[in-house]
Amino acid sequence: MSTTGQPHAEPFRVSQLLYDTRYRSYTIQIFALAVIMLAFAWAIDNAVRNLEALGKDIDFGFIFETSAYDINQHLLEYDSTSTHGRAALVGIINTILVAIMGCITATAIGVLAGILRLSRNWIVARLMTVYIETVRNIPVLIWILFTVAIVNEVLPGVRSFRGEDALTGLFFDSVFITNRGFYIPAPVFEAGSAAVVAVLLLSIAAAWYFGRWARARQAATGRILPVFRVRLAILVAPVLVAFFALGSPISLEIPALRGFNFKGGIYMRDSLIGLWLALSVYTGAFIAEIVRAGILAISKGQTEAAYALGLRPGRTMSLVVLPQALRVIVPPLISQFLNLTKNSSLAIAVGYMDATGTLGGITLNQTGREMECILLLMAFYLAASLTISAAMNAYNRSVRLKER
Amino acid sequence: MAGEKPVAFVAERQIPPSPPPVRTGGALGWARDNLFSGVFNTVATLLSLAFVAYILAMVVPWLFLDSVWNASSLQGCREVDDGACLAVINERFLQFVFGFYPEELRWRPILAFVLLFVAIWPALFSSAPRKLLIFSALYPLLAYWLIWGGSFWGPVGAVVGIAIGWACIRFLPPLVRGRLDEGLAFLAAVGAGILATALWWLFGVTAFDGALSSVVAIGLEPVESARLGGFLLSTIIGVSGIAGSLPIGIVLALGRRSHLILIKAVCVGFIEFIRGVPLITLLFVAWLLLSYFLPPGTEFDLILRVVIMVTAFASAYMAEVIRGGLAALPAGQYEAADSLGLDYWKSMRLIILPQALKISIPGIVNTFIGLFKDTTLVIIIGLLDPVGLLQPIRADQNWNGIVWELYGFIALFFFIFCFAMSRYSMYLERNLDVGHR
Repeated sequence: MSTTGQPHAEPFRVSQLLYDTRYRSYTIQIFALAVIMLAFAWAIDNAVRNLEALGKDIDFGFIFETSAYDINQHLLEYDSTSTHGRAALVGIINTILVAIMGCITATAIGVLAGILRLSRNWIVARLMTVYIETVRNIPVLIWILFTVAIVNEVLPGVRSFRGEDALTGLFFDSVFITNRGFYIPAPVFEAGSAAVVAVLLLSIAAAWYFGRWARARQAATGRILPVFRVRLAILVAPVLVAFFALGSPISLEIPALRGFNFKGGIYMRDSLIGLWLALSVYTGAFIAEIVRAGILAISKGQTEAAYALGLRPGRTMSLVVLPQALRVIVPPLISQFLNLTKNSSLAIAVGYMDATGTLGGITLNQTGREMECILLLMAFYLAASLTISAAMNAYNRSVRLKER
Repeated sequence: MAGEKPVAFVAERQIPPSPPPVRTGGALGWARDNLFSGVFNTVATLLSLAFVAYILAMVVPWLFLDSVWNASSLQGCREVDDGACLAVINERFLQFVFGFYPEELRWRPILAFVLLFVAIWPALFSSAPRKLLIFSALYPLLAYWLIWGGSFWGPVGAVVGIAIGWACIRFLPPLVRGRLDEGLAFLAAVGAGILATALWWLFGVTAFDGALSSVVAIGLEPVESARLGGFLLSTIIGVSGIAGSLPIGIVLALGRRSHLILIKAVCVGFIEFIRGVPLITLLFVAWLLLSYFLPPGTEFDLILRVVIMVTAFASAYMAEVIRGGLAALPAGQYEAADSLGLDYWKSMRLIILPQALKISIPGIVNTFIGLFKDTTLVIIIGLLDPVGLLQPIRADQNWNGIVWELYGFIALFFFIFCFAMSRYSMYLERNLDVGHR
């Protein structure tokens, strides 16, 4: 019946809320919650009163109204009688277009520059250092304006492809690089092309499956199959057979000079080209540093151990160094892709109609609905970022070192 | 015996080592090793040399040999020579630096800029006198007063407000000691202090300013925000963003690692939201939306709104950088701090943050550089930073058609600042690296 082990049940004092660690965290959180909610209430109350004073309301109905403006570069069917919602969608697809193009070229540039910066060739390594330092220390907006200026001022005009001693296009006169942008051939799908595309998809699936099967077989029996050659055959042969059997249903429409401009094919405007190249070169410099850091992060002992096992340099790279380096490289690489996507919103400075240019630009100006437009715009970018970072986190979990 | 026989040959001195063969030593050997060690390497070297020669052959005559420094228009330049028309930079240099700041008042931003170095001196170098930190704390208000002008008593009033709040927290609890529970008294004092400061700022400052101005009017001629531009504007936004984002970023990073669920949720939400949207949309918010969320009729300077948004933007990135530093510290450091009996703030201030911040220096400086580069985005909402000044210059009849000189000049300015910052961070890294890790 001893009570020595029990503390005295002291009466609760108010000061315990602040000095007793059991209660203090609740005090702080409740206080913070109250402050945050008050701040929000205050801001929302202000917004309601301000909107009232201006005779405005929150109304997303403008999405279904006619936009009455043109978008010069669009992948979807669009004209000035389409709705604001459609314009926003065209803008979003333009953002995704330039982001994907930029990510691919930036990765190519970055990997190349990152590896070359580690080159034993002094002058090549120095050149890459100069490239990386110059690009990283100058704002991306200046690069974008500068690249568009290069496209506009340095590349030949459409006129120089006409008349006496005219320039000819690249690739057998099918790709034209002008100061108004690039003109490239467009694929034309005729009847039966769906079958060819289906065969292509099936071949890709088959090649992927074959690779998996071959690896499993090698693991089980130790016999190595000529994976690359078989895969190439699986990819190419059925598609070619289907293509010619169905009478070449897919053809290329080559742009041709008619009057004052090129007609036909796909037209990539100067603003798209400038933005794409600038974002690629800018982000490429950051990716180069990431690649370099990733390769340097793998200790030399790994390479030496692989050599000691008798692996050839190519296999050492692909089986030992790269899988480990990728674990270091991929997370910051994805975050650079996200940065590129967000930087593509600078398109508004050069007149490329991306999501910011349509939803946050002309639609906002025409309808005067700042609140709604900016909310939608933020929601789009936020959704894109969160989706990609969720995917990245899943990848990180899957490649994380399984320790202890 | 054999000993008496004369020895045929004994070396009397050591033969000095002979130099390595010419092919492996010196410059030639170095070139063989580093530039021409194989077919591929040789080709790469030659291609690189050709590329460098091509660029130099293009740039050097244009920029140095054939450039024109004195002319009044592009035509004037072309009449003299066909190189770079640097006369435009010669003529517009002051506009690039100050924007449309009144000419006779330009000593004020210059003075503010010089004082900036005095203010950041104690932060950059530990050898500086510690007393200077008081000046650093007061510098923002001083710089604001110098650049925007107005009555001297306005900034003084703001300082008085802070002093009032501090006095409440310091002197109220002893007054009620014994009559009121201690914790409650402290809470009440903090509340009273915040309330008093807010009330003073809202209502007292104007009266204070008016009263003192009628006695001793000290003031500078006010300058409107619209006249600020050029590198001055970039520097104002960049420096305030840098100064603001580091402390806010530290608080956010600590909040994100906090055990208090609500605090953590708020910090995570803020950080992820800001990092998920482009800076442009936040500038749009500063430009179009921020005034909606303030009491009706509040007039709020656009540059100040931009500074707030840029600071918020940079602090989210800063928080992630510092969180990385906090996570990189071994758990033993946290446990050691706890076992010494330090409370949360003391352990953070004395043990954790000094180490975590040191680890994150490269990331912190990278965030600063990114922030400084991002100040160019303000042209999209119509502020005239250096990039924004391009348009009026190119619209001028005299300079119509000038492209590369202007871009090159602005790029050079940003390059110098950002490159200097990155070098400073390397110096700091080496200096602070005491061999751990």
